[in-house]
Amino acid sequence: MSPVRHLRFLLHITSSHPILRRYVVVNGFDGALTMLGLLAGFRVAPEVPIKAMITACIGAAVALGVSGVASAFISEAAERRLALKELESAMIHDLEDSAHGRAARLVPYLIAASNGMSPFMISVFILLPLWLGKWGYTLPLAPLDAALVLAFCMIFLLGAYLGRIGQTSWLAGGMKSLLVAIITALAVFLLG
Amino acid sequence: MSAKFERLVLDVLKPHEPNALEFARAIAAHGYRVQLAVEEMDEKTESVVLVVEGSLIDFDLVRATISELGGSLHSIDEVEVRGAEPLAE
Repeated sequence: MSPVRHLRFLLHITSSHPILRRYVVVNGFDGALTMLGLLAGFRVAPEVPIKAMITACIGAAVALGVSGVASAFISEAAERRLALKELESAMIHDLEDSAHGRAARLVPYLIAASNGMSPFMISVFILLPLWLGKWGYTLPLAPLDAALVLAFCMIFLLGAYLGRIGQTSWLAGGMKSLLVAIITALAVFLLG
Repeated sequence: MSAKFERLVLDVLKPHEPNALEFARAIAAHGYRVQLAVEEMDEKTESVVLVVEGSLIDFDLVRATISELGGSLHSIDEVEVRGAEPLAE
């Protein structure tokens, strides 16, 4: 069995696919909304240099990523250990050397990595226009405005994805997320 | 003297996951014909009767596969063995 298939098998026997998906979407949403908040703040602040925007946003993205890895690993490692102990107790048999034992050891790393990578990657993607602006590329919008549009798009897409998973309307899911993003941006504009 | 196992009926306790289809398929992947019947279902486990048929069954391999999938062999309920031809004097 290839390593990828084996990992998928371990996720399957521990029913971890929905958990992994939930972590990726929820933390990805956190990442996108944090970037939106920061970018909206820079939009109302007077004359913030692009370099300072990028540094501040990357700092937040790294913190979200590290927080995602640490929190998911600690909680998932404990949950998997407990699930394994309960299964061992039902089986009256040690399962450390079985696929279940390996899953209890490996799945927390996989979930933690996904949970950390999701907000980081989404944040980096939203910041692309700022980098392009810094490197001298001409965009149809100002780099900060383009990054804001990208943040709204990402938040809409995450909501649409959740709507699709929940077998409801993807458009309604996307619009709900977009509403949250608009409220956030308005709050920043009003308070800022 | 060697003997060939051609049919084994095993009583196995297994977790719900991998499910009966995946469990049977993993053992059949060694080239055997496998029949699995769920006898009893509990909150986290199920007792199954596993019938393994083949021309030359490697019992240790079957047992290792059961353990790898989190199962536990409770008993060997039936065995069909073919003895090796005696060597000519």
